[in-house]
Amino acid sequence: MQPSLENYLLVGAVLFVCGVVCMATKRNGIGVLMGVELVLNGANVNFVAFSKYSALGLDGQVFSLFVIVLAAAEAAVALAIALNFYNNHLTIDVDRGNKLKG
Amino acid sequence: MNSMFTIFALAACLGAVAVVVSQSIARMAFWLIVSLGSVAGLFFLADADFVGATQLLIYVGGTLVLLVFGIMLTASGPYMKIETSPAETMVAGLIGLLFLFMVFSTISGVDWEVSKQQILAATGRPDPDQVVGFNDNSEGNTLRPLGFAVLGLRPDRDLASGQNTSPGYLLPFEIASVHLLVVLIGAAYLARAKRRRDVA
Repeated sequence: MQPSLENYLLVGAVLFVCGVVCMATKRNGIGVLMGVELVLNGANVNFVAFSKYSALGLDGQVFSLFVIVLAAAEAAVALAIALNFYNNHLTIDVDRGNKLKG
Repeated sequence: MNSMFTIFALAACLGAVAVVVSQSIARMAFWLIVSLGSVAGLFFLADADFVGATQLLIYVGGTLVLLVFGIMLTASGPYMKIETSPAETMVAGLIGLLFLFMVFSTISGVDWEVSKQQILAATGRPDPDQVVGFNDNSEGNTLRPLGFAVLGLRPDRDLASGQNTSPGYLLPFEIASVHLLVVLIGAAYLARAKRRRDVA
């Protein structure tokens, strides 16, 4: 029995929700970045599933390639920002970034 | 093969949950590698061979290695733990479960066959399964159609008649190239070696 579309979409949904909870709860800045990667992978699973099971065809896979490329670029910049944060605060705890608090 | 799908899907989902639950950043990186590798397996099962290979090369082999380097460079002391309070964790977990329930009920409430026929009728495109194309994607050999698509040609769609010549993905491809150049220059500038300032 082949997996259906809903199975793939459920995996994508679980990845997305785990990424969102990871972004919301982790105090380590690199942990927040890992949540972002999980979110993007959930979206990629959705794209590829629709590419296979619906009329989307090849467009889903092309778009997921672009998502992978942009995610890599964004991880590079986000890591540079995290390193700057660490150099300025000597900690990667994002709760310490409260200098703009009113 | 349903058993392979179950294995990869369970590994991906449980790896993602383990990323959320882990307390140490290095263990989170390990579970993320497990999860993303299983997602690449899911891509291979969904006849997306090139996307699966790209996922392994760029995501697991590039981005995650970059994250591990980031963990190394921002390491805190060996006895210091950065943790969230249990109340925040419980609230976040509850909201996450509610969100997952909402998404899943939306997914299972849609009839995808009817929706596909409605989309095909509304946009006027022929069913991709009946279009005479250069290469069929059913066994995962998507490399040639993907290569043509980012060059601006769509032979998987346009061989039957002269109408509907689709524009392909040449413009997003060029934009992504320039974007990568800009991002790498910016990241290299941001992460240049500076004198470390002491905390006031």
